[in-house]
Amino acid sequence: MRQLTIVQALNEALAIKLEEDGDTLVFGEDIGKNGGVFRVTDGLQDKFGGDRVFDTPLAESGILGMAIGLAENKFRPVPELQFFGFVLEAMDSIAGQMSRYRYRTGGAKNLPITIRAPFGGGVHTPELHSDSFEGMVTQVPGIRVVVPSSPYDAKGLLISSIESDDPVLFLEHLKLYRSVKEEVPKEKYTVPLDKANIVRAGDGVTVVAYGQMVHEAVLAAEKSDASVEVIDLRTISPIDMDTIEKSVKKTGNVVVVQEAQRSSGVMGNLLGEIAEHCFMYLDSPPKRVTPPDTAFAFGAAENIWIPDSVKIEETIRETLEF
Amino acid sequence: MLNPFDAEAQFEGIGKLYPVLRILDEEGEIVDDTLYPDISDDELVELMKRMVWGRIYDTRVTNLNRQGVLGNYAPSGGQEASQLASQFALEPEDYLLPTYRDIPPLVMHGLPLHKAFLWYKGHVEGNLFPEGLNAMPPQVIIGAQIVQAAGLGLSFKLRKENRVVLTYIGDGGSSQGDFYEGLNMAGSFDAKAIFIVQNNGFGISTPREVQTRAGTLVQKAAAAGVFGIQVDGMDPLAVYSAVKFARKYATEGCGPVLIETLTYRYGPHTMSDDPARYRDDEELTAWEKKDQLIRMRKFLQKKGLWDDGIESQTEEQVRIEIKEALEKVRQTPGQTVDGFIDNMYSVKPELYKRQQESHAGRRHS
Repeated sequence: MRQLTIVQALNEALAIKLEEDGDTLVFGEDIGKNGGVFRVTDGLQDKFGGDRVFDTPLAESGILGMAIGLAENKFRPVPELQFFGFVLEAMDSIAGQMSRYRYRTGGAKNLPITIRAPFGGGVHTPELHSDSFEGMVTQVPGIRVVVPSSPYDAKGLLISSIESDDPVLFLEHLKLYRSVKEEVPKEKYTVPLDKANIVRAGDGVTVVAYGQMVHEAVLAAEKSDASVEVIDLRTISPIDMDTIEKSVKKTGNVVVVQEAQRSSGVMGNLLGEIAEHCFMYLDSPPKRVTPPDTAFAFGAAENIWIPDSVKIEETIRETLEF
Repeated sequence: MLNPFDAEAQFEGIGKLYPVLRILDEEGEIVDDTLYPDISDDELVELMKRMVWGRIYDTRVTNLNRQGVLGNYAPSGGQEASQLASQFALEPEDYLLPTYRDIPPLVMHGLPLHKAFLWYKGHVEGNLFPEGLNAMPPQVIIGAQIVQAAGLGLSFKLRKENRVVLTYIGDGGSSQGDFYEGLNMAGSFDAKAIFIVQNNGFGISTPREVQTRAGTLVQKAAAAGVFGIQVDGMDPLAVYSAVKFARKYATEGCGPVLIETLTYRYGPHTMSDDPARYRDDEELTAWEKKDQLIRMRKFLQKKGLWDDGIESQTEEQVRIEIKEALEKVRQTPGQTVDGFIDNMYSVKPELYKRQQESHAGRRHS
């Protein structure tokens, strides 16, 4: 079977949805003629026309606010934030508006919006182009936050996201866009939005990660002498605690990894659930591998800031030596 | 040709672009026959009835708030022409994006009165709209409605639908970032949208002069390439005409329209502030002399279309409506935490089921 990168897999997912559903709209800054700064929307405007795939003025709040208005009239908008670091300009549209619209309307109205945005470090971008701000959105109920770590998942998860009647924030890791290739079916398929993925089975320790950190965790597992189970969250909010708790109850040890700063993030919350529901099964204190609570290091400085497989392997060892 | 370095000449030029549209003066006389709108006698009476409704509504709901019967309230007395004559110019298929102060036009657009009351009380039933009511729930975040209206206006264009979206904002709101983004987006896409800046002189306590150095608020339209009209907001016929025109202009694909209504809020911003701290009685009295009800009453009486009997009958009807609505509010079951959780997602996440179990049975009256 042919091998695709995440960029190609995402492009294919968008083309499938644009083709089969006339209400799907793709828009954002430079996504038309230019095909997006990472080429995820390459060729889509030519194929589906400027009414379906269009450039917008440079205004993030405006883009997401428009998505809400379009969805109110039964469109299925797939707006792009050029970089997730720019989400700070659009937080009201996400946290104050679309996420709570179903709640606000007593369950009567849905806003099926999928916000796509590149995030994460490793490619030495300017400041605020790589930040992992996802924790700010995972606190917000009413929106799913989805992070694919492979081309297969990227295509299936994006199709599921667009078909979801609830809003989705779909985060695409910058470093993974072109660095991983794998077999991806040409036809349409979906990957569920409520299931974490056990990417490597083991019974000694559970390592939970998402995005690029999944690959670091797998590298660490391969280097480790222990039997490591690696779980890719895939959807970081709401989290599939079921899969994680089953694994932790089996292994008795847990290490969580995130590229975002340590405090108030996805993994801190996850460990809270584990403490509450798996306490009697634990053989060692759960451990976190994260960068420190500083601003996201940018440019080449991120090399010494973002966690890597060495750090993860070390932490696995400490956990098992407890 | 203007001297490019002559700042004064430039400002003067901008000032001339937006004459204040006035049709009915304070004595109930038509100022300019050529501007008189296409409106029947029946419609004139209906418009007056709605403004009387609006005034009684404001008085009654203010009292109900003070008695603790309803939740917080943002008074609209003084803005009846701005709110109700603008909505009167819409068709049922048009979309309304009100703010928390624009409940009266939302009711006129089709929201049952008891639902408006439930909304004040923070009950989600208030936002459960009847089928066919084309509106979004009252917006609380200043400016969010503007970017959303741009999207709806674009949706009508894409679907080739012959309708518009109308949204309101205040003079304070016109300083907000989303105001500029939404106006600019709407212009860029020729969205079928009407934006009304209800300039009532104050953003809570901050006077209009502090909001901007601009001579008018309507001139902000120019920067976005959007057509703008400045209107005497105490003149229902002027407001009606401006919106009628804007509706035609926008639905024909000419682009969005920004309307500034010069109006005044007689009451406080909400029931938790005291206007005596930031404005004087003389100003209020001066505005009350320009009141929309006074001039419309004089106008209709001269035409033989209105008298004290019709007015008191209308007032009585409003009181009955309000009484009935309050009874419906009393009969509405309270909210439950279960219900809140059900409403968050169309497909409930497993994690939520766990939370639902631990909050089961919690009900609010």
